[in-house]
Amino acid sequence: MLAYVARRFVYAIPIVLSVALVCFLLVHITPGDPLVAVLPADASQELAAQLRTAYGFDRPLPVQFGLWLWKAIHGDLGNSIATGRPVLSEVLRAVSNTVTLAIAAAAIGFTLGLFFGLLAGYFRDTWIDKVATSIAIAGVSLPHYWLGMVLVIIFSVQLNWLPAVGAGPGGSGEWKWNWEHMSYLVLPAITTSVIPMGIVTRTVRALTGDILSQDFVEALRAKGLQEWHVFRHVIKNAAPTALAVMGLQLGYMLGGSILIETVFSWPGSGLLLNSAIFQRDLPLLQGTILVLALFFVFLNLMVDIAQASIDPRIKRS
Amino acid sequence: MTAITDSALQAAPATKARGYWATVGRRIVRDKVSIACALVLLAIFLSALLAPWLGLADPYQGSMIRRLRPIGTPNYPLGSDELGRDMLARLIYGGRLSLLIGISPVIFAFIIGTSLGIVAGYVGGKLNTAIMRTIDVFFAFPSVLLAIAISGALGAGIVNSIVSLTVVFVPQITRVAESVTTGVRNMDFVDAARASGAGALTIMRVHILGNVLGPIFVYSTGLISVSMILAAGLSFLGLGTKPPEPEWGLMLNTLRTAIYVNPWVAALPGTMIFAVSICFNLLSDGLRSAMDIRN
Repeated sequence: MLAYVARRFVYAIPIVLSVALVCFLLVHITPGDPLVAVLPADASQELAAQLRTAYGFDRPLPVQFGLWLWKAIHGDLGNSIATGRPVLSEVLRAVSNTVTLAIAAAAIGFTLGLFFGLLAGYFRDTWIDKVATSIAIAGVSLPHYWLGMVLVIIFSVQLNWLPAVGAGPGGSGEWKWNWEHMSYLVLPAITTSVIPMGIVTRTVRALTGDILSQDFVEALRAKGLQEWHVFRHVIKNAAPTALAVMGLQLGYMLGGSILIETVFSWPGSGLLLNSAIFQRDLPLLQGTILVLALFFVFLNLMVDIAQASIDPRIKRS
Repeated sequence: MTAITDSALQAAPATKARGYWATVGRRIVRDKVSIACALVLLAIFLSALLAPWLGLADPYQGSMIRRLRPIGTPNYPLGSDELGRDMLARLIYGGRLSLLIGISPVIFAFIIGTSLGIVAGYVGGKLNTAIMRTIDVFFAFPSVLLAIAISGALGAGIVNSIVSLTVVFVPQITRVAESVTTGVRNMDFVDAARASGAGALTIMRVHILGNVLGPIFVYSTGLISVSMILAAGLSFLGLGTKPPEPEWGLMLNTLRTAIYVNPWVAALPGTMIFAVSICFNLLSDGLRSAMDIRN
């Protein structure tokens, strides 16, 4: 097992480096000068040149990448052009809010997804299956940002039960575990949970169906095992793949939160990304994407390891 | 040959002679859900295409005194938006851009991804490693993040949003194309073609393409729904279309401020995105099960 873990970590190194390279190059595919955002419209040529030297934009690209990477490894992602504060601390603060949201959404989405998926797989081609698959397909087809708007219309505008935007009373970003704060989490979490719910349902349904049609299930039943014990075998066989899908979905929720956070003004990494894009704050844009992508790579690594630890077949291959 | 006169024997080869695609076509026509989805999509496509000849109001013509009329107002069957423009006209005209930016990335990615995947799968070796490891890098980003990162860096615009979504889908299609091609390349008929002196290009074009296109096509149709949601999402964020163009995602964005005044009009553009997205999803599922002849 330890050898497997070590090997997975070594494999991740080139991926991490290429992710860093992509994030670095992002800034350089931007049309125009990366300094456009900071330079006043009437800036002189000398001032522009001075700033270019100060930010190191006048050096050759590979040198810039090397320097940027070296700093990034030491936790220095530069300073935000808009606020002047260190990018890393801005990103980490925002990411913690996104993690809160993603975990709440995962709790809802995965529970429902597993429930519907097992139900649909077990009662294949019955009305239960049809209802569950319809919910799942609606879940994966919903434009989630629109669902967020509709939920706000129903529960905030019409019924006035839940707050429409923000992450706490008075717009404070501080998270506390009480209902006043939790009420802000309800709508964004439900909105975020819809896609993973649909995908987990579809995956688990297909898995359950496949497993139930295998010979060993028939053998178990022929042996006289009660349905409950057969069910345990189904769970055991479905777990590795279901786990992988859920891990991936958690990663998507963390990395793809920008639309939902924009709808709900949730102060997470997505909202930060949004403001970085529109203020053309390139160091912040670069840093946020880098942190989120590394998070995703790390999560995938953890999923691989978890999968291998419950399924011995994976380690061997 | 005398058996041909036997009517029972004559009937048997007639059913057998139906080709694979004819069978698939017949199965999909029998699937009510797929047909319903195809009809809805056709209606949306045609109305978007023929919008100027449908006798609709001008989708750009606003009116400061007729803003945010509710659904069912005379002359405004679906109400009016925040600038007093006719919602019905804007929703129908909106289909033009929304469908264009939603579907074209998948078409481009289908062409690029299939070519890359077939080459990687057929040629194999170092070229395969080079292509597939490059593709892997893109899988290290959640797809929404990748789309936002690229179009955020390139700046707002229709072309940029199409480019960024194409980049998101190319790796996914390439991966599928490569794995299907690897499965086909060692089959006997490919060996036979090679033995008869066919070049690599001929084999890929004649023998591989025909056998891998089906699965790749089905996979790609499943991506259209995601692409529609993401493309409208980019516009919703302000990274796609620019006002005053009618486009569903952008309309949702500009109408967000109106949810306290006229909430249901504000939610309308989303129903269009949802309808297109779910129809493509169901159609893709229908196509998949129709092509799975084993059942």
